[in-house]
Amino acid sequence: MAVGSRAFEAAGLGPTGRLARVHEWWEQEHVFGYGLILPALLLLACLVAYPFGMAIYFSLSDYWVGSPGAFVGLANYREILGNEVFRQTVQNSFVFTAIALTFKTVLGVWLALLLARNLRFKRLLRGAVLLPWVIPTALSTLGWWWMFDSLYSVVNWTALRLGLMSPPGPNWLGQAGYAMAAVIAVNVWRGLPFFAITVLAGLVSIPREYYEAAEVDGAGSWGRFRHVTLPLLKPVLAVVILFSTIFTFSDFNIVYVLTRGGPVNSTHLFATLAYQVGLNGGNLGQGAAISLFLFPMLAAVVFMQLRYIRKE
Amino acid sequence: MASAASRGARWRSAAFGYANLVPFIFFALFPFYFMLVTSLKSNAELYNLKAVPFWIQTGLITDHYRYLFERTDFLTWMRNSLIISVVATGISLVLAILAGYSLARLRFRGVGAFGTAVFITYLVPPTLLFLPLSQVVVWLGISDTIWALIVTYPTFLVPFSTWLLMGYFRTVPREIEECALVDGASRMQTLLRIVLPMAVPGIVCAALFGFTLTWNEFIYALTFVSQTTAKTAVVGVTSDLIRGDIYYWGSLMAGAVLASVPVVICYVFFLDYYVSGLTAGAVKG
Repeated sequence: MAVGSRAFEAAGLGPTGRLARVHEWWEQEHVFGYGLILPALLLLACLVAYPFGMAIYFSLSDYWVGSPGAFVGLANYREILGNEVFRQTVQNSFVFTAIALTFKTVLGVWLALLLARNLRFKRLLRGAVLLPWVIPTALSTLGWWWMFDSLYSVVNWTALRLGLMSPPGPNWLGQAGYAMAAVIAVNVWRGLPFFAITVLAGLVSIPREYYEAAEVDGAGSWGRFRHVTLPLLKPVLAVVILFSTIFTFSDFNIVYVLTRGGPVNSTHLFATLAYQVGLNGGNLGQGAAISLFLFPMLAAVVFMQLRYIRKE
Repeated sequence: MASAASRGARWRSAAFGYANLVPFIFFALFPFYFMLVTSLKSNAELYNLKAVPFWIQTGLITDHYRYLFERTDFLTWMRNSLIISVVATGISLVLAILAGYSLARLRFRGVGAFGTAVFITYLVPPTLLFLPLSQVVVWLGISDTIWALIVTYPTFLVPFSTWLLMGYFRTVPREIEECALVDGASRMQTLLRIVLPMAVPGIVCAALFGFTLTWNEFIYALTFVSQTTAKTAVVGVTSDLIRGDIYYWGSLMAGAVLASVPVVICYVFFLDYYVSGLTAGAVKG
């Protein structure tokens, strides 16, 4: 390219044959373009695509920690699907994801509507709301663990004093239903800010005129929400819900810290079960097979996201 | 001029708004308050079922914090976390700036496919890959060292930062770049001297998120490192402060509070970047 070589001369290096040719080659748009993405692409190929292939290979072999096993076909999958604990995990994952997402969506929209009002201390309030999302989840979950302690639970202490529970109150992390409720509550607590702040950004971008027009047409506040806010919020909500679906479904931190999947596997999710089988148990083949069950959900979300983005 | 009636309506509406926010703010902040109170309370009060758990009655103590510094590897964990976060974020930023600029601005065959590939890897949850990666780390001979994390963290940082930066690079006017090229600057010079300075807010944002995501990361740090002195702050506190007896809550909460401090400092100073980063792309959440 003429421009490139001129720059080269201007830089005072002179057109010394070969170097100038290399430079000219490098200055071409497509060469430069490939050159810049190459490092990132190499990294992703070696540490994302290749491990993904390994995960598939592991899942088809009887690979244990320290002993590369033989190819066993679908034996791991067959064994997993017949396993009671795994079936329980599938059920837990769907219950956990569905309930947590519903709460996050409804409360998130409600919170965003509240924050969108003309408030004093707007920045401070947003800062406070976003905090659970910023603090390391494993550490804040330790705080929840203490709040759900079997003996010193502050939740029970308060509820008992207020007469909302009969003594001694539930053992939150020791009873199946309560443990699931606790895990969901912490997930909602940690995921709510993401919903609220993103939906808030969507709300702010809705032109005021739409509301004024709706008001002229005699719409009340529910009517305005139903016919103006909700339809215009749909794109933002779709993206947020899709994102949250993957990361709620594949959650590890909260369950690992709070219950380790217990009591009696009632809160195990795919990731925590894969950790227990693959690392604690050392059965990498089965562990990989379990974690690969996250893949269909990932594929579905990616498919919807891509279709959605293409439509934009 | 607003009439008294409409002023009253507005006042009621504002009161309604604040009153409804109170439970949300309480829900968001109470766990942190409670962790802080717990970390400053004496064991005698902490484990007294008759005491009110919400505040400190028998005097504020710092024993739990002193325990962290004197009897555990807490400072080593913090140092590890700091090194890992800064180095991994730095490496990822360089890769992401190059890739993001290329994908956002240059025209060549396959650019769309590469963009899609980056987006897909961005959605891959770490919990899908931690088992094979734990073996990769062993083969590379870096398991049980902080290098295991410095090498693997870019796998989620690069896609995320690339995606975020692409948006910022697109906002730089194309004409400015073209002028620079016509004036004889090389493409690399154009990127470094013209485009990069205009994308500084995006880079700051990517750096803050990178630091926060690596500092907070849990499953890789838990899986790839088991030696106490190579642990990160989050994993060290979560796994090494729980002692056999049950009276560890004070020091555990002290550890959780202190290990959150670096992230909170970034957050307090750069709140607006966090909000804009969250809304710019869809961030993991």
